[in-house]
Amino acid sequence: MTRQPFIVDFLQNDKGGKVFISILLVLMLVVPALNLLVPADSFFHIPTYTVTLLGKYLSYAMLAIALDLVWGYCGILSLGHAAFFALGGYAMGMYLMRQIGDRGVYGNAELPDFMVFLNWTELPWYWQGFDMFWFAMIMVVLVPGLLALVFGWLAFRARVTGVYLSIITQALTYALLLAFFMNELGFGGNNGLTDFKDILGYDLQADTTRASLFFLSALFLIITYFLCRFIITSKLGRVVVAIRDAEDRTRFIGYKVESFKLWIFVLSAMIAGVAGALFVPQVGIINPGEFSPLNSIELVVWVAIGGRATLYGAALGAVIVNYSKSYLTAAFPEIWLFALGGLFLLVTIFMPKGIIGLWNQMRLKLQEKKQLTTENKIE
Amino acid sequence: MSGLDNIREMMRRDKVFDFVEQKRLPFTGRRVVIPGEIDATHGPILYLENISVSFDGFKALNDLTLYINDGELRCIIGPNGAGKTTMMDVITGKTRPDSGSAYFGQTMDLTRMSEYEIAHAGIGRKFQKPTIFPQHTIFENLELAMAADKHVWPTLFAKINAEQYERINEVANTIGLTDLLYETAAQLSHGQKQWLEIGMLLMQNPRVLLVDEPVAGMTHQEMDKTAELLKSLAGKHSVVVVEHDMDFVRSIASTVTVLHEGSVLAEGTMDEVQNNPKVIEVYLGE
Amino acid sequence: MTFSSRKNTLRLLSFILILLVSVSYSSVGLTASVELKTEAPVVADISFEVATANLMAGNYSDREKAIKILLSVDDERVLPVFQRMLKSKLYYIKKTKQLVFIEKTDGGYKTTSILNNKELGLFEKNKLKKVKVNNKLRRLLRSYIARLGIKSTDVAVRKAAVKQLLKNINEETIAILQVLDKQETNSAIKELVAAGVSIWNLNSNDKTVQLAAIKALSKSLVPEVKVKLQEIIENTEDASIKKAAINSLKKIDSKISTFEFLENLVFGLSLGSVLLLIAVGLAITFGVMGVINMAHGELMMLGAYTTYVVQQMLPEHITTSIFISVPLAFLVAGAFGVAIERFVIRYLYGRPLETLLATFGISLILQQLVRSIFGPTNQAVQTPAFMSGSLEINSIFAITYNRLYIFIFAIVVLLLLMLILKKTKLGLQVRAVSQNRTMAKAMGVKSEWVDAMTFGLGSGIAGVAGVALSQLTNVGPNLGQGYIIDSFMVVVFGGVGNLLGTFVGAMSLGVFNKFLEPWSGAVLAKILVLIFIILFIQKRPRGLFPKKGRGVED
Repeated sequence: MTRQPFIVDFLQNDKGGKVFISILLVLMLVVPALNLLVPADSFFHIPTYTVTLLGKYLSYAMLAIALDLVWGYCGILSLGHAAFFALGGYAMGMYLMRQIGDRGVYGNAELPDFMVFLNWTELPWYWQGFDMFWFAMIMVVLVPGLLALVFGWLAFRARVTGVYLSIITQALTYALLLAFFMNELGFGGNNGLTDFKDILGYDLQADTTRASLFFLSALFLIITYFLCRFIITSKLGRVVVAIRDAEDRTRFIGYKVESFKLWIFVLSAMIAGVAGALFVPQVGIINPGEFSPLNSIELVVWVAIGGRATLYGAALGAVIVNYSKSYLTAAFPEIWLFALGGLFLLVTIFMPKGIIGLWNQMRLKLQEKKQLTTENKIE
Repeated sequence: MSGLDNIREMMRRDKVFDFVEQKRLPFTGRRVVIPGEIDATHGPILYLENISVSFDGFKALNDLTLYINDGELRCIIGPNGAGKTTMMDVITGKTRPDSGSAYFGQTMDLTRMSEYEIAHAGIGRKFQKPTIFPQHTIFENLELAMAADKHVWPTLFAKINAEQYERINEVANTIGLTDLLYETAAQLSHGQKQWLEIGMLLMQNPRVLLVDEPVAGMTHQEMDKTAELLKSLAGKHSVVVVEHDMDFVRSIASTVTVLHEGSVLAEGTMDEVQNNPKVIEVYLGE
Repeated sequence: MTFSSRKNTLRLLSFILILLVSVSYSSVGLTASVELKTEAPVVADISFEVATANLMAGNYSDREKAIKILLSVDDERVLPVFQRMLKSKLYYIKKTKQLVFIEKTDGGYKTTSILNNKELGLFEKNKLKKVKVNNKLRRLLRSYIARLGIKSTDVAVRKAAVKQLLKNINEETIAILQVLDKQETNSAIKELVAAGVSIWNLNSNDKTVQLAAIKALSKSLVPEVKVKLQEIIENTEDASIKKAAINSLKKIDSKISTFEFLENLVFGLSLGSVLLLIAVGLAITFGVMGVINMAHGELMMLGAYTTYVVQQMLPEHITTSIFISVPLAFLVAGAFGVAIERFVIRYLYGRPLETLLATFGISLILQQLVRSIFGPTNQAVQTPAFMSGSLEINSIFAITYNRLYIFIFAIVVLLLLMLILKKTKLGLQVRAVSQNRTMAKAMGVKSEWVDAMTFGLGSGIAGVAGVALSQLTNVGPNLGQGYIIDSFMVVVFGGVGNLLGTFVGAMSLGVFNKFLEPWSGAVLAKILVLIFIILFIQKRPRGLFPKKGRGVED
């Protein structure tokens, strides 16, 4: 029995993945089409607001897959993963900020409004280059990647594992939260970056831009899925799971566990950064709130709800929880925290494998029943 | 380091030269260790000399000196807390000794190598509690253990060739798990897990196998099979077995070392050791 | 002019001054009476009623004169009038021209007569007219309040009054101070007064007096002294005076820096004691049971709300309410803790990451619960009398009583906990279970019961910490969140399962934080502490006082 090439393996063995990718492909084409081509009064028209909302969910789904990679597969429960998402978002936000040019309130072509407000006279060095799209896009992956590299190198080298690591990652995002609140840091303080005008010359408010952003979100989600699928079905993927299940064993058969953890952690941070970059132009704002520890821990629940160690499960969880959040916070604002807290308990105690796990269990039972009935018939 | 220390270091008789001892690749600093290079020409392959380890004042190893010959099958026995597991921890780099030296061959300083480097150099270890990868199939367990380039990027793009495939089947056959090759390891019985772990050691192609309590929880039949297996490994590999089961030790051992309170109490054949008054006192006197 | 003659002139001058002031004290001030001549007849012992009536005068200069007259009236009702006037709380009823103190209430303005403290009923704003003050009058009032305050029998009032006087030392105030110098018995006030006199002497024309004053001032920590000395250094042409001043300033600076160091230390220890209170409960649940309880902060919040509820029920007995709150908060939070253990954590032993998530869920639920019951806003918890105020060591260094008591409280809680773990049966069983669960079970320890009790104990301590916190910060639904990460840092830093480690960890993090703060700002200090801990675990991945030995890592 030899292993099949990646694509063949996907088509033959990844049932859930096929469904997931098919849905995404359909959405990717149909949603923009129904938004742009169908007249607004038609029943089939999808309003731009919904397109943006769906786009937001997709970027969350991408973030969930990133976390699933480190938590579900490698057993590293990062409680600070939203920090990487936010950093990617800030990199994108900085580009969008520079694109505003002299259309800001103060009309300063060089400086964003909040800097003028703080009486700054020139652009700080770390804002240089963000007027170029390509540079900003490099930073979207580079900045979260670098932070993950430095932090992960320190943490994994010291063999910080389990809950210790979780607490330290939470401290990391908390520190960033505090830092980004400071005006002196030069990222807009409390208000963050907002009032964006256009991206690559396209008006951010235009329907076509919104639809394109949705299209891109879906596309990147598909790419992310395939990338992660490739990794987890590779030998490296098996090593990573081995680290999760028996770290010492992996080490004693000759793998440098720290390097593997670091590699997957950095990759995951980069994916999170890209997700953040897709998120920001769609919602139109990025502020320090994104660094709040609550965000990161909510993210963990998305993955847990969907089913960890299944990539599409994580994505599914992200969409389900966020849809419920949108609905509940609008309809019953009092209920949301109860519901979220309840979800935590429900998932950890009653369905540790999430929705996908539950689904698989049910299918298994159904099959057994079928087998039993067919066996009975034969008798 | 002062000049004098440098010279003293150069003159040490137990070492050749530093540059021979630990080759490092330029820039990356990765140590290059090729199993064939291990220098066992003087007989022993493991040199443990004057090793002490203490935890919170408790001396787990107390001036332990022990040599394992190349190709030997050695059993190590001793009451609980004698320091057997700590000794293995020192050899495999999990615990650093407070004092003393540990060499693999004549050239490799184990106290300065990390676990994975030691594993690469050719020392495999089976834990007391069988540790395998429960979510992986037997095949995958063996595949992961297989000697190969175990750095990150090569692992990402690794593919199995026919020869390696053959090797996995061969080892699976040796440990009697051929039929279960594509089952997940979580389903195995306790004894089968022990074997799988030994099989994983074999996949690494090690010069030295450290085997901690291999027959715990095994039936008599399984025990006999394990004894067969370990005996067949000796010669090609050096095998160090830590075991409590005296019958089992008797059935495999040529040389037995008794540890007590962190140092060697007696060494010799099973009969010699069993008649040693000090050993009798330790085992029966309490 | 020779030295001696200069000295004599000075003596003469001061004698005249004292004379002047004492005269102006006993009856209407000379200056005031002279100025008043044009409008009102000079009345030697003008009554309070009459003097206050002048305050309703139309323009500021008339009002100034009225104030000056009022100062000379020897009546204990004068001081409150000045004080209210300064705070713009002195009004008069338009119709009856009665001067009143006002208090804003829901139904209008509550008025009290300044003459006899009788309530005159509620008035609407347009029926009242404010006795207006401008900055000049405010300055005057402040200095007069100080002068009157000096005569107060209350040490604190007297002290505040002297401090106020020191702000502006002139011929008038120095005379008062010199009188006080002889009468005052309280040593702290005496020091202040002496400093004031020395400051005055700096202006002397006599060099020896000046030098003596400079030397005397080197012991003083009154803020004004530094300013004066600096002025001298900048302005004097006399080399020896300059040298002496520099010398004194140096001495003061070194003293100040010593006290600043002490202050940081005390603040640090105070923060440390808060962290200790919070972390000590965590050290039990996390250290002994290996359970990460993310709801720990919320249990603390429950303790704080317990204090609030008890105070609501006993509004008249704030001090008693605190003493009731401590055991009650322990029980409330402890009961919640036992419930959490029995209904949730029990199912999750051996799965630390899941426990972390589940308890986080609980923390969200508790937050929302409190928000639904008490509302999202912060609740005011009152500080009992014995905990308010501060212990003043000298004029730049004071410790507030609440911080002091909380420090002591934290130590007591720590010691009690150690005692429980060392001496009681529960403690023995807890230690047994934490070291070897299976063996303890085999020995007949009801490990389930021990788990519940241990968790209850840790949670109860969180509740007690909440009572302490309610005295320091706002009591609101987010109370717990602000501290939880810090307290986890303490446990990580100090090492798990070791109360000594928790103590050292909490105190050193507290002190570290406070010493960084003046240098880097509060936010950056916090960030630096977090970075420090991340770097620290490089060297000591298991904290300052790790458990050692075989099998720890398994």
